[in-house]
Amino acid sequence: MKALCYNGVGDLRTERVPDPTIINPKDAILRVILSSVCGSDLHLLNGYVPTMREGDIIGHEFMGEVIEIGSEVKKLKKGDRVVVCSILGCGECQYCQSTQWSLCDNSNPHAWIPEKAYGDSPAGIFGYSHAFGGYAGSHADYIRVPYADRGCFVIPEGLPDEAAVFASDALPTGFMAADLADIQPGNVVAIWGCGGVGQMAIQSAFLLGASRVIAIDREPDRLRMAKDISGAEVLDFSKVDIQQALREMTGGRGPDRCIDCVGMEAVSEGLDYYYDKAKQFVRLESDRPIVLREAILACRKGGTVSIIGVYGGLVDSIPMGAAMNKALTFRMGQQHGQRYIPRLLEHLQKGELNSGFMLTRKMSLDEGMAGYDLFNKKETMRVVFAP
Amino acid sequence: MANKKQPVSSVLGMGPIEPDISGSSRINVDDTERIWSAAGGALLATYGLRRGSFSGLLLATLGGFMVYRGASGYCPMNQALGRNTAEPKADDKAVDSIEIAKSLTINKPRKEVYAYWRQLENLPQFMFHLGEVRQLDNKRSHWVAKLSDGLLAKTLGPVEWDAEILAEVKNERLVWKSVADARIDNAGEVSFVDAPNGQGTEMHAVIKYRPPAGQLGGAIMKLFNPAFEEMIKQDLRRFKQLLETGEITTIAGQPSGRKSEQQSGKKPVAEQAKIDEKHESAML
Repeated sequence: MKALCYNGVGDLRTERVPDPTIINPKDAILRVILSSVCGSDLHLLNGYVPTMREGDIIGHEFMGEVIEIGSEVKKLKKGDRVVVCSILGCGECQYCQSTQWSLCDNSNPHAWIPEKAYGDSPAGIFGYSHAFGGYAGSHADYIRVPYADRGCFVIPEGLPDEAAVFASDALPTGFMAADLADIQPGNVVAIWGCGGVGQMAIQSAFLLGASRVIAIDREPDRLRMAKDISGAEVLDFSKVDIQQALREMTGGRGPDRCIDCVGMEAVSEGLDYYYDKAKQFVRLESDRPIVLREAILACRKGGTVSIIGVYGGLVDSIPMGAAMNKALTFRMGQQHGQRYIPRLLEHLQKGELNSGFMLTRKMSLDEGMAGYDLFNKKETMRVVFAP
Repeated sequence: MANKKQPVSSVLGMGPIEPDISGSSRINVDDTERIWSAAGGALLATYGLRRGSFSGLLLATLGGFMVYRGASGYCPMNQALGRNTAEPKADDKAVDSIEIAKSLTINKPRKEVYAYWRQLENLPQFMFHLGEVRQLDNKRSHWVAKLSDGLLAKTLGPVEWDAEILAEVKNERLVWKSVADARIDNAGEVSFVDAPNGQGTEMHAVIKYRPPAGQLGGAIMKLFNPAFEEMIKQDLRRFKQLLETGEITTIAGQPSGRKSEQQSGKKPVAEQAKIDEKHESAML
């Protein structure tokens, strides 16, 4: 089959690789119909996630058709059109059973790698480096899905592939960001980052009762979508002082809930960007926590900061004094997709959430590198490959 | 840095059993002979590896054996011949045992976890470094290790031993010790405790072994000990996976763009041991 393989920083190649086969009884094999790029792939591609190996197939946000099932797969059958959670959960460990799926004890065969850095191992993720299991990703004609009954969700009839594919990652991640923020009716929510996850977080925040959502980015297209489609008020951080603007827009209080949908590769117009970039370059810091710092300062006293943008390693100059003395609550984590996906598919079907607009470019696998270049330069919202 | 020498087993209230001092943990080569053996072995090994041919490999293997003999002070040939060139009270010089303690929580009832473990023949299913465990009777069992490193395997020969269960409290605790003249003297204890709030079973394992090496060898083995620890941890993790999910999590046999892996296709679970070992040793 064809697959998009990592060959080094900024180097993806479409290659011929063997077809996947059933390895364990709970596996299924899917024919990939759509497979989306994701902002977190850029962390891999730009070299911020170690333990990538040449030849790894990337991609983790996908939907497809079940073509083969293992002997212990009970719920799925051949021909099912399914969307698959990007994070793997075994369904049996204590974490999965308490619906904290991204903390699964069993789905990372390389648990010993993150354990060294994190003290524990999070779940495995498709196509997301060997620290997260080294699973072959979805930018391929076919993919093996372990624990298939747990990770695959049948797409309701009538819901198009183009909308359903985002129920794999961007939508449940954005929804979880809003859920973690513990939004109370009437809350004002500020959201940094208007990529796929940010857009979904905006819509989810409204769904969970926010009265206003203020979205922050600098890409005109993304700000336009945040405003016109997702319904947020928008701020362009390249043009306005975010701290001041958020204060003034909230009567001096600050937003009740702040959501970081950016993570470790944040950019800003200020000196702090160059400070973090330099430290990252000499490996004194692995992540650039520009958004996190901003969110802590902007958040109202007693508010909640929800972190869903991915951080991988170490950060510094976090204003802990501000966080402590303002009695902020921090909530964070990788998405527990299996908890949210069934509910989100319903919201999509009823038109209460809109995800299909994010697919701005459909390309073939052969155009993989070009697709990521476009996405990396933020020239398009989301490139989706149709193998 | 503080020297944190208190063994973890004492925190857990476990691991009072010390492995025997027998077999290869005993020193039976005297000091002068050891130094010559090690030095000569190193020369041979270097020379052999430089030659690169098959005979070179043989030389290197022989050299490796001599280094081992020198470093460990233990010579299997001396042992076989009943020859002991070390001082009479060699037994006193055996190195301290090395302890590995690992715990994890398994989301299954204690009875079930214990029953699977107590069926010792099950162990190689998730302990990829064991070739076979055979229960001889209710107390005694025969163990065969599987060495991944070819040279090490050639040097050491087959690593096998008999073990005996010294104490057993059903569904709670097992204590065992290798029987005298084991290739690697070892002893261990596993205990099973209900985790709070119905989270399943806490499993605590303490394994002690005397490295097949003398004082110098002991120091070298201590360097390798983190790898053994990791190995035990991986074994226990696979035990948990097998009990909780009924399968062992793996990516062995999946496609990639790496040419070297493309012929392999589907691999049986046992084969993945090799891959895991490679990864594990890469972490050193």
